[in-house]
Amino acid sequence: MSDLTKLTLADAVDGLKAKTFSSEELTQAFLGEIASANPTLNAYVEVTGEKALAQARASDAKLAKGEGGDLEGAPLGIKDLFCTEGVQTTAGSNMLRGFVPPYESTVTANLWRDGAVMLGKLNMDEFAMGSANETSAFGPVVNPWKAQGDDAQLTPGGSSGGSASAVAANLCLAATASDTGGSIRQPAAFTGTVGIKPTYGRASRFGMVAFASSLDQAGPITKTVKDSAILLKSMCSFDTKDSTSLDVPTPDWAASVGQSVKGLRIGVPAEYLIDGMPEEIKKLWEQGVEWLKAAGCEIVQISLPHTKYALPTYYIVAPAEASSNLARYDGMRFGHRAEEFTSLDDLYAASRAEGFGKEVQRRLTIGAYVLSAGFYDAYYVRALKVRRRIAEDFDNVWGKVDAILTPSTPSAAFKLGDKQIDPLTMYLNDVFTVTTNLAGLPGISVPAGLDSKGLPLGLQIIGKALDEDTVFKVAGAIEDAAGFVSKPAKWW
Amino acid sequence: MAIDAATVRRVAHLARIKTPEERLEPLAQELNGILNWIEQLNEVDVDGVEPMTSNVAQTLRLRDDVVTDGDKVADVLSNAPKAADGFFVVPKVVE
Repeated sequence: MSDLTKLTLADAVDGLKAKTFSSEELTQAFLGEIASANPTLNAYVEVTGEKALAQARASDAKLAKGEGGDLEGAPLGIKDLFCTEGVQTTAGSNMLRGFVPPYESTVTANLWRDGAVMLGKLNMDEFAMGSANETSAFGPVVNPWKAQGDDAQLTPGGSSGGSASAVAANLCLAATASDTGGSIRQPAAFTGTVGIKPTYGRASRFGMVAFASSLDQAGPITKTVKDSAILLKSMCSFDTKDSTSLDVPTPDWAASVGQSVKGLRIGVPAEYLIDGMPEEIKKLWEQGVEWLKAAGCEIVQISLPHTKYALPTYYIVAPAEASSNLARYDGMRFGHRAEEFTSLDDLYAASRAEGFGKEVQRRLTIGAYVLSAGFYDAYYVRALKVRRRIAEDFDNVWGKVDAILTPSTPSAAFKLGDKQIDPLTMYLNDVFTVTTNLAGLPGISVPAGLDSKGLPLGLQIIGKALDEDTVFKVAGAIEDAAGFVSKPAKWW
Repeated sequence: MAIDAATVRRVAHLARIKTPEERLEPLAQELNGILNWIEQLNEVDVDGVEPMTSNVAQTLRLRDDVVTDGDKVADVLSNAPKAADGFFVVPKVVE
């Protein structure tokens, strides 16, 4: 019955309700796949098999009585930065190895309320700082996709690399993820999966290990656009435990997927045509424009003039917020504490040097520098002003367009280890995704084709704040037109 | 505003990250590379622009000043590196 693992979330939920199969059967099938695949792909840092089966049996009991929530009995993977009560939560860091939260994040609590089953915790870049899943203290995740005629292992992207790899390799029906600069959309694009970052404030940040609080948003990685709509609805809620949570209703987005996009105005921003963009990415983008035209959309050429400043702005704002957020890891109340030290101050510094990996230390150092006396105005305050310019770019075009179409990433998945030499090369991965985090807008990546080596490429749709509805409609139209059904050939 | 080893030593202390002497110079070079790239923000005209600190245009909510949580000493201490008698145990800080 291993074919059960190939189901979409929507079909699995329907099958469970119709009692075509039980949640226990489905969960067992996934646990079997994980057992054989995980030693190679390293997508899960912890598999919670017993908990999963207990949840599955409870769901089966509800389903037998014709009861149950929107996700009743559906086995999911959870990115390891969502605190899960009684289950280790590490954010991919040695700092939090062994940390067992006594409470549940709001996002995951919402999933359990709706009947979902937790298969385990998914690998990620340390504290979500990375674009190749290579900064994880648990080792890199491997992409189930390989280039044709090349046996080299590829990155699934990051920071939600475990989530993307697990969904692409059928190691869960769908997964939770999080996005600070592109950490949902870039791995989705690299693995032929769908990933959406909603409007800032839609999903509660309570119980999510913090990276950069003004940018962090939770979202799903799934096999289809409809699955993303279903899972995102369950994840989002107004939450008084998050001071930036939006008190707005959560619409039934799944109903929007498949609706006509006729008459919608789609913006194509000139500034996203960056120097050195591979021909294949350019072609895919043009193809996306043609698909939407054929579906009845009006294409509008637009300008977002401050686009090129988004990445350098991000690399001030995010490290600054991280240096403040991660100050909590002092080795006193939880997290790693060094064994050897000469003074209290030395204990803090030694614990943090031992607990944090290289990239986290690099970003915390940048953050401390741009916030330090004498540099605060020149770097941090200036970045916040440029951030407003970037947000205003979007405000200025919303009168003319309903959504914006761009590529998701400047390349397909690259080889593990390829871009570790220079941090700046790695940072460029987020060039198309980071603008929406700075402006707080929803953005989705939809698989739209394969490159000449047979690797998946994605297109991104950006929407107005709180207009995920249009984003899902346009994403559905791209998904339909692309007819993307490719799956990685199983080699693991 | 080039960063030298002395600046890295100062910033590493601000960040409370113990950094060996031999790492200071390589780190200074890395940080200079990143900060030089960031310098391009100086091209942007930001005269009269208000710094953007939040994506959410709302004032912070108030709630009733009542106890909503608490009495969870065991939970609070459950992840402590060292704890005893309902307290965190930390190194001696006052001689």
